[in-house]
Amino acid sequence: MFDALSDRFEGIFKRLRGRGRLGEAEIDEVLREIRVALLEADVNVRVARTLIGRIKEQCLAADLAKSLTPAQQVIKIVHDALVDALGGANLKITYASKPPTVVLMAGLQGSGKTTASAKLARWFKQQGRHPLLVGADLQRPAAVEQLRVLGKQVDVPVFSEPSSAVDVAGKGLDEARRLGRDVLIVDTAGRLHIDAELMDEVRRISESIRPDYTFLVVDAMTGQDAVNVAESFNETLSLDGVILSKLDGDARGGAALSVKEVVGKPIAFASVGEKIADFEAFHPERMASRILGMGDVLTLIEKAEEAFDQEEAEQAAAKLAKGQFTLEDFLAQMQQIKKMGPLQNIIGMLPGIPKELKKAEIDDRELARVEAIIRSMTPQERRDPSTINGSRRLRIANGSGMQTSDVNQLLKQFKEVSKMMKMFGKGPKGMRGKGPQLPSMDLGI
Amino acid sequence: MTVVLIVLAAIIVVGGAAFVATAARRRARHPGIEAPPAPTAPPKPPPPEVLTVEPEVVEPEAVEPEVVEKPRFRERLGKARSLFAGYVGAVLSRSTIDDETWDDLEEALIRADVGIHGTTVLLHELKARVKSEGITTPDALIEALKADLKKSLAGPDRGLRYEPGPPNVWLFVGVNGVGKTTTIGKVGKQQAAEGRSVLMAAGDTFRAAAAEQLATWAERAGAELVRGTEGGDPSAVVFDAVERAAARGYDVVLADTAGRLHTKVNLMEELRKVRRVAEKAPGQVTEVLLVIDATTGQNGLVQAKQFTEAVDVTGVVLTKLDGTAKGGIALAIQSDLGIPVKLVGLGEQVDDLVAFDPDEFVEALFEE
Ligand SMILES: Nc1nc2c(ncn2[C@@H]2O[C@H](COP(=O)(O)OP(=O)(O)OP(=O)(O)O)[C@@H](O)[C@H]2O)c(=O)[nH]1
Ligand SMILES: Nc1nc2c(ncn2[C@@H]2O[C@H](COP(=O)(O)OP(=O)(O)O)[C@@H](O)[C@H]2O)c(=O)[nH]1
Ligand SMILES: [Mg+2]
Ligand SMILES: [Mg+2]
Repeated sequence: MFDALSDRFEGIFKRLRGRGRLGEAEIDEVLREIRVALLEADVNVRVARTLIGRIKEQCLAADLAKSLTPAQQVIKIVHDALVDALGGANLKITYASKPPTVVLMAGLQGSGKTTASAKLARWFKQQGRHPLLVGADLQRPAAVEQLRVLGKQVDVPVFSEPSSAVDVAGKGLDEARRLGRDVLIVDTAGRLHIDAELMDEVRRISESIRPDYTFLVVDAMTGQDAVNVAESFNETLSLDGVILSKLDGDARGGAALSVKEVVGKPIAFASVGEKIADFEAFHPERMASRILGMGDVLTLIEKAEEAFDQEEAEQAAAKLAKGQFTLEDFLAQMQQIKKMGPLQNIIGMLPGIPKELKKAEIDDRELARVEAIIRSMTPQERRDPSTINGSRRLRIANGSGMQTSDVNQLLKQFKEVSKMMKMFGKGPKGMRGKGPQLPSMDLGI
Repeated sequence: MTVVLIVLAAIIVVGGAAFVATAARRRARHPGIEAPPAPTAPPKPPPPEVLTVEPEVVEPEAVEPEVVEKPRFRERLGKARSLFAGYVGAVLSRSTIDDETWDDLEEALIRADVGIHGTTVLLHELKARVKSEGITTPDALIEALKADLKKSLAGPDRGLRYEPGPPNVWLFVGVNGVGKTTTIGKVGKQQAAEGRSVLMAAGDTFRAAAAEQLATWAERAGAELVRGTEGGDPSAVVFDAVERAAARGYDVVLADTAGRLHTKVNLMEELRKVRRVAEKAPGQVTEVLLVIDATTGQNGLVQAKQFTEAVDVTGVVLTKLDGTAKGGIALAIQSDLGIPVKLVGLGEQVDDLVAFDPDEFVEALFEE
């Protein structure tokens, strides 16, 4: 997509150069492409218009006519404009001087409030706090039960009672004081922003507990309507921040821009999966790339940064370039990769990976098998697989509980993969460019 | 194994090398919120291959099928159409068709989530009609657009398919939080009112308290419920439900499934298996209904594609049309994939479900 967008730009600029000038009319043509990209990503049509206006000013100011790489420059301008729009001041949680610090969760039906409440509780726990969850959704069947189950998972107590949402919230606050819990997270029922009765209810909840932080939970797949939703909730509750959910999918997530424009408060967290741990800080840069369809390389780098040991990574890169990467190094690198989470998630972020590969089922048990085989080799064998003869193969197979054919396959494929890695290990072009591209590969799946 | 090796290699190269190159630069920045600790996600344990399910059967209480006035499609849809109407109003307020007219129409369609591509095609055709038919007034223009939209929606049979004989399995699929479980409750009630006996299968074994949620709906609809263990194999639950339905002579099995993003290969595979199992005798799958939230943007089309590829979707249920979202993505889903919207969700109550009516849908889009 990124390539598609930049290719489109390149095409336009080539055509334009032929005409010998790059004036406002030409820039308008480019801006039309950008508009299409934004609309395809579900950025609200009005928000897109405002953004395009800003981008146009910057393009004019940048004097693209003189640039040798106008396409790259436009992309940078667009990307930066998006980062600016999505970012800004971070949300800084300051704890109430008189505990508890009260957090209210609100949003449309099914947007991910209950899940996010539990994830937030976990997050606060990690900050050394002692949250109490309050189930104030008395609307949806089994909503409180759902929260209780999640509360158990994160080991945070849950308060609720079958009275009224406003009462539950108020009593939850009392309960937090009584139990000495220093953070209160109130989950509420999903409601439509045009449902006067329910909007009034959540307003009364808010008035009763006077939250320090009110979060709107927004589904990343939301379309044009996101602005209406954000506007109404902001008017009723005066939001402090936004939590963007279901970012683990492939929606481009333009709603993030729409909501940010309307609310003007930080998007604080990203919910990236159904499991409690799938919760992270929101990254405007990543989101900008994603909206423009530029892939998720930054996330990958981020994860790698957390998992990889810098020195080892540098050594590995050097060995790769020289073609000296052994099974021993491979094993070491594997340990780091395992820290990055399930392979299936990581592969989605790799740039230039063929589609078939992305869709292929990657089972982490495969990883365990590969590891078992390599671990059954002696260090000498790992460094020089050519010494592995028939009897050694059998020993390795037995040691790892695999067949000799598996061992053969692994050795053969490691050889091929090494060649591949050598090719790409030779210096990444740096992430500002397209990043290292992998060739199309014969997968033999 | 090849795949795993290649992936590992790719990660080492891309992740490791890129990390080395950029680590320093990125250290400086950490946006969003003050330093949350890195979530440590342990690799998922592989799902158990087979899991025997102790079907816990909940007998329905006899519920009198009460006669309820069904909500009228337009009444509920019409609630907050003012924004859309605003554009159309602007179009109508002018005496001629000019550039602004086209811009307003484009904006109106995009705002309805029809998508820039679909909108461009629609307006392109409309422009041709304006020429060939000599349309000169905004009034006639909008009528022509409505007619085009209605025509593009016309055709398919939108009834729910029921084949007499072995239990009919209707499978409900979709991404997270769109309204699958709620829709099952509503459909169950309607089917019961039509005199069919309904059994519900709690095939969402993943989400916390999903079975409890469906149990409430089964009670409301007067249906029997078959449920398994939390974290168990959903196809086992569906299998048990079908067997029980056959043994007890139930007409319809409404099978709930856990919400899943279409990008998750393993979960889509799990869904395929559910369908395969449901298809086996003594059951027959006669509907696979994809539930789509009307607030969904362009991703809805991708969802429809992927779910159809996996489990052969036979129809769409468009939920939450009682809000201000217009559900325009349904147009693309039908025109690109030929999958018709069959039902529309208009609220959280058991009776808030109506048959999709394309003419009313289009009219409501343009209503002031
Ligand atoms: N894939 C994915 N699923 C999510 C995420 N967050 C929540 N979900 C799922 O989305 C569905 C709805 O989430 P809930 O947390 O119950 O949403 P809610 O807003 O509380 O819903 P209501 O209370 O019904 O309005 C559930 O199936 C969750 O497991 C996410 O970040 N990614
Ligand atoms: N306003 C409105 N809410 C709905 C509709 N259908 C479902 N919901 C709500 O959306 C939320 C998610 O529904 P649920 O059935 O649990 O979704 P599932 O995760 O797909 O099974 C619940 O809060 C439902 O009450 C609808 O047509 N209109
Ligand atoms: Mg909830
Ligand atoms: Mg459900």
